Amino acid sequence: MKQININVAAENKTRKVRIKPARILLHAVIISLGLLMLYPLIWMVLSSFKENTEIFQGGSFWPKSFTLENYIQGWTGLSGITFGKFFLNSLFVVGVAIIGNVLSCSMAAYAFARLDFTFKKILFAIMLVTLMLPFHVTVIPQYIMFNKLEWINTYLPLTLPKFLATEGFFIFLIVQFMRSIPRELEEAAEMDGCGPIKMYWFLIMPLSLPALITTMIFTFIWTWNDFFTQLLYLSDMEKFTVAVGLRMFVDAMGESSWGALFAMSTLSLIPLFIIFIFFQKYLIEGITTGGVKG
Amino acid sequence: MINPWGVDTSIMKSVLRKNAVAYLFLSPWLIGLLALSVIPMGASLYFSFTEYDMFSSPQWIGLENYSGMIEDPKYLKSIEVTLTYVLFSVPLQLSFALGVSVLLNRGLRGLKIYRATYYVPSLFGGSVAVALLWRQLFGGEGLVNKFLASIGIEGANWISSPDTAIYTLIILAVWQFGSPMLIFLAGLKGIPNELYEAANIDGAGKLKQFFSITLPMLTPIILFNLIMQIIGAFQAFTPAYIVSGGEGGPLDSTLFYTLYLYQKAFAHFQMGYASAMAWALLIMIAIVTAVIFASSKKWVFYQE
Repeated sequence: MKQININVAAENKTRKVRIKPARILLHAVIISLGLLMLYPLIWMVLSSFKENTEIFQGGSFWPKSFTLENYIQGWTGLSGITFGKFFLNSLFVVGVAIIGNVLSCSMAAYAFARLDFTFKKILFAIMLVTLMLPFHVTVIPQYIMFNKLEWINTYLPLTLPKFLATEGFFIFLIVQFMRSIPRELEEAAEMDGCGPIKMYWFLIMPLSLPALITTMIFTFIWTWNDFFTQLLYLSDMEKFTVAVGLRMFVDAMGESSWGALFAMSTLSLIPLFIIFIFFQKYLIEGITTGGVKG
Repeated sequence: MINPWGVDTSIMKSVLRKNAVAYLFLSPWLIGLLALSVIPMGASLYFSFTEYDMFSSPQWIGLENYSGMIEDPKYLKSIEVTLTYVLFSVPLQLSFALGVSVLLNRGLRGLKIYRATYYVPSLFGGSVAVALLWRQLFGGEGLVNKFLASIGIEGANWISSPDTAIYTLIILAVWQFGSPMLIFLAGLKGIPNELYEAANIDGAGKLKQFFSITLPMLTPIILFNLIMQIIGAFQAFTPAYIVSGGEGGPLDSTLFYTLYLYQKAFAHFQMGYASAMAWALLIMIAIVTAVIFASSKKWVFYQE
């Protein structure tokens, strides 16, 4: 018995050795390509700890001495409004958008996935069509409407539409997920006299949690990165989000202070990075649902 | 429960009830659809036939906005810029995504980390921060030129030269190949292994296997990625706005369609003209998508 084990082990060893060179080469290619791709980002992060003159001269990849000067200078922001304020504003908009999207999109998805009603097929088709529409055909009348309502320079144009399930992608995503939930559970609940509203809230919503998390993650990333609508609707610096704040910052400071710009840019990417690290699985699930299962 | 008209009211009631509940769940979406999509679309179609500056009421001018567009050199330039961007960035991005996904789909250890690494540019790429970074990288004193100088090549100011500015934005788009890559990877996993085993027995080489198994099996996914990326590329805004400081310069060389639309609507308040531009964009995207769909019968391979 022992003898055989050793033989097997020896064989495995030789096999591994034989495969190795090609594999190592493959790993090497993938890693160097990856590093090349990430290089600009890594360079930006490292540069944010350099003196301005050092960034300008190019010089070494690694900072001569790490300084937090750029962060301190950048954080003070513009005309007394700090980047902290921009971050809080962004987080507020993102938070409200997440609540809106999760509620309104899951409600519509529940109807499409589980309830019977007249015009279901037509409405579902319309929803899919809205996915493809460039938003430019609606943005001008929307702007005029929000202007009439005196909502310009408030967060309402950025947040209220999320409560009206305007992002069909999430409805589609949640519908796909809800369809995969076995119906037996609902049948049992129905026997116990559970109506559709309770069913939605106490049974389907908890079971759909993975799809809801995916919705939250994408809402976070898209709203955080959104520039067009924030640029369009926010004019008061007090209300600026990080995206608009950064743009304002570069206009005001010019390109003389790349250090502070890089520092604030780096900070602006950190929330996205944290979300990505922790919820990668849901993100990938969301991207591939649209592409493959659909 | 049969009433004098012979209709079973209990069934009717239950149908009504079912509809009431369903439409209750649908109501936020339906309100949004009407108030934020359908009505605005109607309004913008109407505006596109008017002259409208938001301060006085719209004046009907028929097709003048549309005919004006054809004679507007800036508009034509914005189409040229956008088409250049779409034609270069989408095929390059998809080829890159496909290449990397094939490379990664070898049962490698550490696949998850590699996959995540390659996705990072897509995660950040749409942000203002990265567009700002691009402005530095490809500027006259930027990192790219520092690198070129170190190997003895004298670089140009890529961002402020009208011949090269658009290509810096194309590189930025290609760099973000993460989403199509993930979709390709999922597609590659779906190709049955038996096909490759059979090909091995027949003695087909790796390259032959790629062109006669992998590529045909992926064509439905290529079609999906192609359409999604083209629709997205037509609407690109943030990078051009940030890199060119909102101007679309130098010499309108980065005047993306949506950037020009933004300027017309929200800087010059020519709402009629901008609405006409929006509808022309919709029509262009629809035509391109339709052509690709029509051609797909020739090149997309659907399994039974």
